[in-house]
Amino acid sequence: MNAAAPLAATGLRKTYGEREVVCGVDFALRPGECFGLLGPNGAGKTTTLRLCLGLTDPDAGSITVLGEPVPRQAREARMRIGVVPQFDNLDPDFTIRENLLIFGRYFDISNAVLRARIPELLDFAGLASRADARIQTLSGGMKRRLTLARALINDPELVFLDEPTTGLDPQARHVIWERLRNLLKQGKTLLLTTHFMEEAERLCSRIAIMDHGKIIAEGEPRALIAQHIEPHVVEVYGEAAPDWADRFGRAHAERCEATGETIFCYTHDPAPLIADLDARGDLRYLHRRASLEDVFLKLTGRELRD
Amino acid sequence: MSARNHWALPQFSLRFAQVWRRNRLVWRKLAIPSMLGNLADPLLYMFGLGYGLGRMLEDVNGMSYIAFLAAGIVCSSTMMSASFEAMYSAFSRMQMQKTWEALLNAPLTLDDVVLGELVWAASKSFLSGSAVLIVAAVLGLVPSPLALAVVPLIFLTGLAFAGLGLIMTALSPSYDFFMYYFTLCVTPMMLLCGVFFPLDQLPAAAQVAAQLLPLTHAVSLARPLVNGTVPPSWLLHIAVLAVYAIVSFYVALALTRRRLLQ
Repeated sequence: MNAAAPLAATGLRKTYGEREVVCGVDFALRPGECFGLLGPNGAGKTTTLRLCLGLTDPDAGSITVLGEPVPRQAREARMRIGVVPQFDNLDPDFTIRENLLIFGRYFDISNAVLRARIPELLDFAGLASRADARIQTLSGGMKRRLTLARALINDPELVFLDEPTTGLDPQARHVIWERLRNLLKQGKTLLLTTHFMEEAERLCSRIAIMDHGKIIAEGEPRALIAQHIEPHVVEVYGEAAPDWADRFGRAHAERCEATGETIFCYTHDPAPLIADLDARGDLRYLHRRASLEDVFLKLTGRELRD
Repeated sequence: MSARNHWALPQFSLRFAQVWRRNRLVWRKLAIPSMLGNLADPLLYMFGLGYGLGRMLEDVNGMSYIAFLAAGIVCSSTMMSASFEAMYSAFSRMQMQKTWEALLNAPLTLDDVVLGELVWAASKSFLSGSAVLIVAAVLGLVPSPLALAVVPLIFLTGLAFAGLGLIMTALSPSYDFFMYYFTLCVTPMMLLCGVFFPLDQLPAAAQVAAQLLPLTHAVSLARPLVNGTVPPSWLLHIAVLAVYAIVSFYVALALTRRRLLQ
């Protein structure tokens, strides 16, 4: 791992009681990239972020963030990091503008600099006309945008985003994505955790899939898809789908997975499957290209994680 | 590398002042109703009991009952105000609003946050205690300038009760938990520490127990000062309050670290 990595973690381990939540995690970010940390609930993503911020100490391993050893110099590192937490923690007693101002003071930024920076951030968040509105009056999307703007108050080199679009409607989500691309253009490095594979595919230049505290796959989204999964997916729906899979699907696809009455056929050559389904005409199906979600489900399984 | 030692000594930085400043800004938005709310309760006690009960009593320890009571109410209202702020308000910021989480994502440490909350709760209680003292002075119940020494005493008393309140906050699963502390600690102190009547009216065992409680020492200092005399063994009383403040802060910090820095 090179010294210029904005963030490098080696051999991270963290145990809570009997349970090892992070068990030997290594990863490094490249300057200016968006790195995605994906995983089901409880995979250890949030704990990994907390370790990288110095909010909890690892049982083993080392972390360097922007050249600072963490947790020893975590305060210095956090001076240059922006954080968008999983759950909004805006100050409900303050207006939008005050939230930015007060947060900026935590970084010892002078009022003069803040006065210059806040209008830019309000524009960035699309909240310039609401600057004096109270937090309770904002929609979920507006709060998220303000949280993102607040994370930029110290002009950070590295931004941590913990599930930044969870709970947002599609419009709001697209706005956030557009803003994040904007940050990448400015040369900032992003570390993103998400459950949304679409989000990771759109934004991340590299991703790591975590499960049970370990990174089980890492690489560029397209490369991961090519490496782990057949390029075509035929999803077949209906009561007769499992029966169809047993008689025909499994013989003509490399791999078939079933969840209830839906069959997922993974294949290099979808033509025979489609020809048969068209000929039968009684089963609905969808033919699509393999996506990151297919890789994710293949590697982490389809059972529920609560 | 071993996991963090929750009992490591606190590391102070001036950033705690930002926590204080943030809380003051919120308070300023609601300052007038908040001050009136904080004053109403102690003044009702002072006037209700002071005039009502006071008429039936001869002088207590050489002063009128209302003057006797005023010094006690200065201390008890400081205790109440610091306890409320360090429990309900700090718990809101820690648990409900996640304000502390936001602070920890900025370059503040939990040590800064807990110290900021301690000093803030003491500052707020300082306003409550001082307001009662001012009202007493306006009513002519404070004959000596020696009473000015009560002003720093109010702050020290606030620190002691803020520290105790922050311990409860670090342990609390919900707001309901604070009722135990009020019922088991605050109310007994109100009644046993010499706020309403002289300690020597209590049975001997209760007098000894009262000596272990911080409010007793605050009252033992405030009452003679308000009346214009130097309190006997004043250094001991100050030391007890200071030990309460320092130890409770340290325990609160360790418990909060255990709660939040897992």
